[in-house]
Amino acid sequence: MDFVVILQAGVASGTVLLFATLGEILAERSGVLNLGVEGMMLIGAMTAFSVTIATGNPWIGLLTAMLFAGLISQIHAFITVTLQADQVVSGLSLTLVGAGISLVLGEGLSKAGTVSLMPNFSIPLLVQIPVLGDIFFKEQSVLVYVGYLMIPLAWYYINHTRPGLHLRAVGEYPSAADALGINVYRLRYFYVFIGGIFAGLAGATISLAVSPGWFSELTTGGQGWIAIGLVIFAQWDPFRAALGSYAFGALRRLILDIQAPLTLFGVDNPFYYNPYLSFFLQMLPYAFTVIVLVIGSREAIRKRLGAPAALGEPYIRGERGK
Amino acid sequence: MAEWTASKKRGALRVQLEPRLDVPPAWFPVAVSLGAVFVALILGGIVIAFSGGNPFATYAYIARASFGDIGVLSDTIVKATPIILTALACSIAFRMKLWNIGAEGQFIMGAWGASAVVLAPLLPPETTRWLFIPAMALAGFGMGGVWGLIPGYLKAKFNVNEIISSLMLNYIAVSWVNYWVFGVWSEGGFQMSPKFPTNASLPRLSDYAETIPFFRGLTTHAGLIFGILAAIALWFIVYRSRWGYEIRLIGDNPRAAKYAGINIVRNTILVMALSGALAGLGGVSEVAGVVRRLQTAPLNAGYGFTGIIVAWLAKLHPLAIILVSILFGALILAGREIQPSGIPKMIQGIILVCLIASDFLLRYRLRFTRGEVE
Repeated sequence: MDFVVILQAGVASGTVLLFATLGEILAERSGVLNLGVEGMMLIGAMTAFSVTIATGNPWIGLLTAMLFAGLISQIHAFITVTLQADQVVSGLSLTLVGAGISLVLGEGLSKAGTVSLMPNFSIPLLVQIPVLGDIFFKEQSVLVYVGYLMIPLAWYYINHTRPGLHLRAVGEYPSAADALGINVYRLRYFYVFIGGIFAGLAGATISLAVSPGWFSELTTGGQGWIAIGLVIFAQWDPFRAALGSYAFGALRRLILDIQAPLTLFGVDNPFYYNPYLSFFLQMLPYAFTVIVLVIGSREAIRKRLGAPAALGEPYIRGERGK
Repeated sequence: MAEWTASKKRGALRVQLEPRLDVPPAWFPVAVSLGAVFVALILGGIVIAFSGGNPFATYAYIARASFGDIGVLSDTIVKATPIILTALACSIAFRMKLWNIGAEGQFIMGAWGASAVVLAPLLPPETTRWLFIPAMALAGFGMGGVWGLIPGYLKAKFNVNEIISSLMLNYIAVSWVNYWVFGVWSEGGFQMSPKFPTNASLPRLSDYAETIPFFRGLTTHAGLIFGILAAIALWFIVYRSRWGYEIRLIGDNPRAAKYAGINIVRNTILVMALSGALAGLGGVSEVAGVVRRLQTAPLNAGYGFTGIIVAWLAKLHPLAIILVSILFGALILAGREIQPSGIPKMIQGIILVCLIASDFLLRYRLRFTRGEVE
């Protein structure tokens, strides 16, 4: 078991969670909770894989996946922003619809064979940094590097640009934003769309880079839900989101690698001698999500931090002074 | 008040929205829900056609394969039985605006609890059915309850989002059951436990075919009685008991409930536990009535998620849930043989989308006017 390898692979598989979490952060910052991440990721993974097979070009697959997931997200935007329905139930239904559509359209794809994947490469110079170079900059997928760029960009965009200010205003105090001439409805549609695009990118990252292929619902295996949990842990901050995502990525890899060696820390490896115990290892990402939620929620109470004030509330123009 | 214009139509047709001030007549919500299901079937048909299928043939097949004769009708009821219980589970939690979407995991843990009574074994295999079945039901009810109590407790004490925690527990439950199915209780290395003895199985109608020949081949089992009794009990709790009044008040107006001195923390934990326990009872019914051994795949078949949709379509009404469950049982039964295999799941999702969208019509009145307004 080589920890550098685990972390290297962890960064790659954590990139999936990173994209999904960043997208959900942007949507939630505008005041729309979208529980459809899992469904949009499935749509993205299926679309990316099938379009890449059809065209032979993973970039076209990637872009189509982002676009299709973004379009699907607009169902949620229409139902919650225009029709002002409950965001929880609408998001759930989006997950079911996304899973259903991707199963129907992805029928037979799992036998379609291999496709050309997103390219992997090392970053010159940076790769020579001891340990960190191996973990972060050696033979990673181009999407992993895109992930590195997204973290500071998203942070800067939210906290230090004018559109980012509008985004936060719409999520915290929509009626004040409206009074300042910001179109609350349009911005919410837009950020739900951006969230969908990111979820589609996350799904495409699975099927075109991290674990290539289409394995029906097992392709995402609940990562969309973990991402929603990570948003709460991250307290809507891109840097904390990155920390959580990469940690979860490393955990996924650790679970695979811990079963191989004969001894662990000098004693017989129980997971090697009793492979059924690996079912307990498989619980870990989900159990950790619950633990991370407890930590995040307690911290939020203590520091009086919280979700965007208008999260989950439909904005109805002219109704009450919210 | 939102408004928009559909200017492409003759002249300027304006659609104006006004919040409904009156209470619409009783038939109106039912009509809207049926309309939503109808629209969902059309949309689902479009996707089926797009993926190369024939929507009319598909729907005709679903109807024939689920209501065509008494035999398949009985199978439909078998599929509906677990859904009744998971939908009841969702309905009581949703009533309090607790989004328990972990019915799937609670269902599986209930099945595991019932199986433990047989396989551990907590009772010897020759135990009479009159002791075996109640013990299994109680164990499953309890295990499901524990699995619902965990997110309820975390919500009440630490304000942990119950949507995510209950969903994460689904995955943990599947791994937990897999451990027992693959490892401890595996029958000769297969991914299933040994078959339960007859005393530990719920009787089917066909078991009585010798005395009543009409029952020959009918698979409907006594789990349906669990479902109907649970629905009646829940109806009584929600609409006729003080506790139910508290639950409805918390759901409708938590602030008023708090000022009325209702203990929200305690009710959150209790309602989540009851919700989990009902889903767990569904698992008992399925494992003892249909599968008759512990096996992951037939138990982890999405009954918990279907329960969410059924609860919503039935407007959380316990007795309406029975009827709606039968419709969804039909969809699932027929869906097993439909290609592509994702169609039933997709149609369920689209039905839920249309239902939520249609709620809009209950809250707003559309007014069509022509020409310039105001």
